[in-house]
This record gives sequence, structure tokens and C-alpha cells, in this order.
Amino acid sequence: MRRPRGRTLLALLAVATVLGACSGAATQAPGGGGQVTLHALFMKQAAYSDADVKAMTDAFTAANPGITVVPEYVGYDALHDKIVTDQVGGSGLYDIVLMDTPWPAEFVKANIVTDITDKIPADFKNGIFPSAWTAATYNGRYYGVPWINDTKFFFYNTKMFSEAGITSAPKTWDDVVADAKAIKQKGIVQYPIVASWKQVEAVICDWTQLAAVFGGANFLDAQGNATFNTGGGLGALQFMKSLLDQGLVNPASLGFIEDDVNSTMAAGQAAMALNWTYGYSVMNDPKQSKVAGQIAVVASPGEGNVATSGVNGGMSLAVTKSSKHPDQALQYALWIASEKSQEMDTANAFPMWKASFQNPEVTKANPAFFAAAQEQFANLVARPVVPYYTKLSNALQVAIQLALQGKESPKQALDDVAAKLPQLQQ
Amino acid sequence: MSQALRVRAAGTGPAHARRPWPESWVAAAFIAPAALVVLFVVVVPLARAAWMSLFDISLVRPGDEPFVGLGNYIEQLTSGDFWAATWRALWFTVVSTGLELGLGLALALLMDQPLRFRWLLRTLVILPWALPTIVNALMWRWIDNAEYGALNALLTQLGILHSYQVWLSNSDLAMWMVILADVWKMTPLVAILLLAALQSVSPELVEAAKVDGATTLQALRHVLLPLIVPVILIVLVLRTMEAFKVFDIVWIMTGGGPANATQTIAIYAYQTAYQGYDFGRGAALGYLIALVIMVLAAVYLRLLGRLGRT
Repeated sequence: MRRPRGRTLLALLAVATVLGACSGAATQAPGGGGQVTLHALFMKQAAYSDADVKAMTDAFTAANPGITVVPEYVGYDALHDKIVTDQVGGSGLYDIVLMDTPWPAEFVKANIVTDITDKIPADFKNGIFPSAWTAATYNGRYYGVPWINDTKFFFYNTKMFSEAGITSAPKTWDDVVADAKAIKQKGIVQYPIVASWKQVEAVICDWTQLAAVFGGANFLDAQGNATFNTGGGLGALQFMKSLLDQGLVNPASLGFIEDDVNSTMAAGQAAMALNWTYGYSVMNDPKQSKVAGQIAVVASPGEGNVATSGVNGGMSLAVTKSSKHPDQALQYALWIASEKSQEMDTANAFPMWKASFQNPEVTKANPAFFAAAQEQFANLVARPVVPYYTKLSNALQVAIQLALQGKESPKQALDDVAAKLPQLQQ
Repeated sequence: MSQALRVRAAGTGPAHARRPWPESWVAAAFIAPAALVVLFVVVVPLARAAWMSLFDISLVRPGDEPFVGLGNYIEQLTSGDFWAATWRALWFTVVSTGLELGLGLALALLMDQPLRFRWLLRTLVILPWALPTIVNALMWRWIDNAEYGALNALLTQLGILHSYQVWLSNSDLAMWMVILADVWKMTPLVAILLLAALQSVSPELVEAAKVDGATTLQALRHVLLPLIVPVILIVLVLRTMEAFKVFDIVWIMTGGGPANATQTIAIYAYQTAYQGYDFGRGAALGYLIALVIMVLAAVYLRLLGRLGRT
């Protein structure tokens, strides 16, 4: 009896393993009767909070009683996978999804998002910052309604700066290094800078923003060949590594995402950081922060003849191909992206409307921050919008980590990804 | 007698009507519903995965799925990433299973002693195993947190460390921290299984050895251990196969990072299938993992078989 039992055990194990590795799931949600129900997928990590989304949605449903909106929230790093598996895997639950800057090419190719070029009102096309449209367009066609216009700003602790005898905010990354050394030497904090350099998309955003300053963030040439392993991409990575080697960046940053940056700054354990808009309200919130009121913000530093730079963190709302109510879904997207809706609360995200920045009623909430934002929004750089972006990003995340961990030189690590590029493009 | 049976009886004669169904038919009828379920939730997906593994299927390239034969398998077997992930999984397996067995045996021997608060010890020991893996992983992620984790606080207060260590974001340490978390959780299971084996050994055997002049260590080495070897082997089989396809604890603690230092083969398969959307390659990886586990199981079963004969 021993052998057959062994075989059964083996078969069961094989079944369990292969099932675990290969199975998928599909469910179909029923649609409403007379009432239209829209399922919307948002992220819960940066920019608008779920309370902001709820306020915008409540205003929409009050004005459109025939439509119910069911918002869902996931962390940024689960958002892309959830959209793709929902749409291509066959469930098709969501009518409207949040689309990040580098994704339109992939989503269009995978037949996930609807072409809405002819349905975008003219005032949207003219009134919204051009950079915000990067997350909504591909090959000259429109696939989303811009909703978030964000980039990474430079936050610093004014109390720590004055304790170190520093009188002005840094304008260049050389200034940042000098200020960080001064703060470290005075023993104010062990690691003056904290960053979100975990092996996720967050590190690509910081690297892109720095690359724009250190020689340019055009990571691919017109033929799709790698240029990230020379110029700005290489310069930025070498600079990041040098900050670590000098003990100016907290080494725990290699496992941090944006929320960890906020909490480290809020705990008074770091003096400066790059982060998205929402960082300002979190770090200055007395309920969450020991250093509330001490955190100031300026435009991200430049270097040489580059005054400032910002990674394009814009996101748009796209109507899915699976939606049974595409018109109502678009109506909802246009509503919550409208100037009025975006001006409701500017603490977590700036409006994408140019007019909002000229409206004193809106900018009075934080005039200095609005000024920094306007300066940076004019200098945004985008991550490559290519259909294979996810694979490219994953490979670059590993390469950057290898370099920052000191396992490979920055040049070697980036060259390896460049060599693998044809394989990633498949 | 029902109408249907009466009709049948009329057609086949009274002698046939009384004869019951052969036992094997009855058995088949009872098994059929379960077999159908197994067919659709196990056999069909398995066959479909095998079929998929022969195509280049990408979720984000619908409609373009060329047949590649064994191409996906050959590509993986010649890929450095695949072998790196396989070695990481094997390293995790050997170290964590070895530690769990060693510590589990020590704990089992301790719990087997007539101690005063033995019931309390046994209850406490089982607690880590009672925690869901996800909870355990999250807990250890907090313990290992570089800024406010308990491990740094403990080691600096004891004077062992001078400054805080970055446990999970250091590619040289991350795998060790995951192994530590796994050992903490799984050692109790090993200990309880071995304790059960120890208790089935008659105390007279050990006493007889001692009367013959054996030391405690000698009695353990030559009397107790040989008697519980079958259970040790079963524990090894279970833990090795579980550990080789480890996913959840690694995924929660490190996500396979930093710099892929904890990317085990199951994480690699998941990333290929669900983050790269390469379902053809993912299916091939699933089968390759199953193959490795089957080889491991075959080796162990052979060992067990040999042991049974001796």
C-alpha cells in the first residue's frame, strides 16, 4: 500500500502547487434595474483621500439621483494589477478606473480603456495644465479625464534648519548636501534625509525627478533604445548612492514608500524629504505629527542651469471597455474633475485647472505652496509611456536597488537593464 | 417499490430485479459527485495550465497567442533569474527546515520531561503556530522595522548593537529575517509532532539502556532517536515541500526585495504571471515548481520506504 499512497500524495501536491500558481477567478456583478450603479476604482496612498472622493461623489449623486457610485480603494502598488486582472481576466466589474501617467499605452493596446476623444469638452482641453494630459492621452487620442496633477516637492523642517544655522531653503542639490552635512555634524538627527526608495514604483519617481536635473530624464530615444544608462539616469543614481555612502540618507529608505517618509519626518527623525503634495498636510497635522507647523515646502531643487524638476505624478480617470454605462461613467469623471469639484479641498492635491492658481479664494489656503506648485508644474518630466512600461519599471527598480545596496555599480546595474530591453519589449 | 423499478423488473424478470447493484457500481455512484467537482476544479484547470504553458500568452496582448511548444520551459531553464530564484528557495528550505527540526527536537525533549508547569509550556509553545501566517509576517515586519522595531530596541538596550540596523532593506540580511520569522512560526508544529512520537516510545527502553550504563546522550542517540526517525522523516517531507514553495510570509515581509534578495521561486512565478501578465510562462513555472517538489517527495518517500523495510 505504501507506493500507491505515495503516488496519491505526489499527485495531490502537484495539483495544489500548479493550482496555486496558475488559477484565476472570475465573477460578474449584476447591474442595477432603473438605477445605474457605477463601480469606480481609486487608490489610497497619496493625493485625494477617501474622504475627498466621498465628498466629490456625494455632490455628484445629489445632482444625479439616478446614478449610484460605489468607490473602491487599493494601495498604489496593487492598482495596476487590479485593473488588468479585472478587465482582461473577464470580470469587468469597474466602470471607471484611475490610470497613472505611464499606463495609457499599455491599456490602449490591451483594449482596457475607451477612446473618449470626441467627448472631452473644449473647456477641459483648454483649461487644464498640459502636463496633466500625459496621463490621459496616447498617440494623440484621449483615453482619460485628468484628475490628479501631482509631483514631488521638497519638504524641510524649519526648526532643524535654524538649529543648524541654515538661513534659507536649498535651491540646488549641492545646497541639500551641504545642509544635510551641517545638520548631521551638529547631531540634530542621525540621517538628515529620508526617501521612498523601496523596490516599487516610488523609487522610479524619485530617480526620474533627479534625472531631469542631472542630465535629462528622456530614458528612451525615438527608436526605443535605452538612454537611461547614460546621462541623467546614471547621474541621478550615482547621486542617490553618494547620499547613502555619506550617511546623509536614512538607509531604511531602501524599504520605505511615501507613507514611511511622512511618518519619519513626522516623528522628527529626518530634516528633509521629497514627497507628493499630500505629505504637507500629513507632516503638519498635529494628530499625526510631532513636528506639526515646522514643515515648510519649496520647489524641488535644481542643479547647474536647471532651476527645478518634477516627476509627472498625474493620474486620470478612464472609462473601461467593460462598462455597461460608459456615458454615465464619463459624466461622473467630468464632474469630479471639474474646476468646482477640484477646488473643494486643496490640502491633499492641487487642482489641475490653470484658473485655480489665479483665484485668490483658492490659493489663500497656502500661497507659498501654490507658488512652488506652479513653478514645478511648468517643469514636469514623464516616465516613458510605452506598452511594456510595467516590465521596464520592475527591471529598473531591481537595478536601482542593486546599485543602492552596493551589489553593482550604478553603471553596471543600468547597463544590465539596457541589455535586457529587447526581451522586456516582447 | 417505485414505478420505475417495477417497469424494469417487468422487462428483465424477477430474478434480475432482486439482484442488487454490484458493490463497485454503488461505490462509483457515491463517488461520482465528488469526482465531478474534482474534475472541474482540479483536473480541468491543471490540463488547461499545461496547455497554456505551451503558448506565449500575455494578458495585455489579447488575441495574439502564438504556439511555442516547450519554448517557455526551455526559456526558464536557461534563464539566470529562474535559477537564482530556485537557489534562493532551496537556501530558504534547507536553513529554515534544518533550524526548525533542531529547535523542534530540543523543545520536544524538554516538553517530554516531567516538569512542574509542563501544561503551561506546551500551551505557550503552540501559540506561534496558532497565528495565521499573514499576521505572523506583519508582526515580524514591525519587529524588524528599522526605526521603531522591537528588535533594534532590544539589541541596542542590551548593548549588542551600537546603532539601529536596517534588517529588511539590507539585501544581505533580509533572507535571514524571513527565515527567522518562519522558524518562529513553524518550530512549534515540528515540536508537537516530535513530542507525540517521543511519547509513543516506551520509557522502559530508555531506562533499560541507562541500567546497562548508557549516558543520557547515548540513550538519546542510540535508543530514542532511531525510534522516532520515521516521524522525523515525515516532518522533513512536509516542511521541505512547504518551504520550497514559500510565498505568503516572504511576500508580506519583503515583497521579494530588496534587489530581489528574497525572490524565491514562488514569488518569481507570481511576478511573472500576475505582474508581468505572462500567463504562458507563469503556467510553465507552475509546472516546473511542481516537478521539483515531486522530485523532493520521491527522494523522501524512497528513504521512508527503505526505513520501513529495515
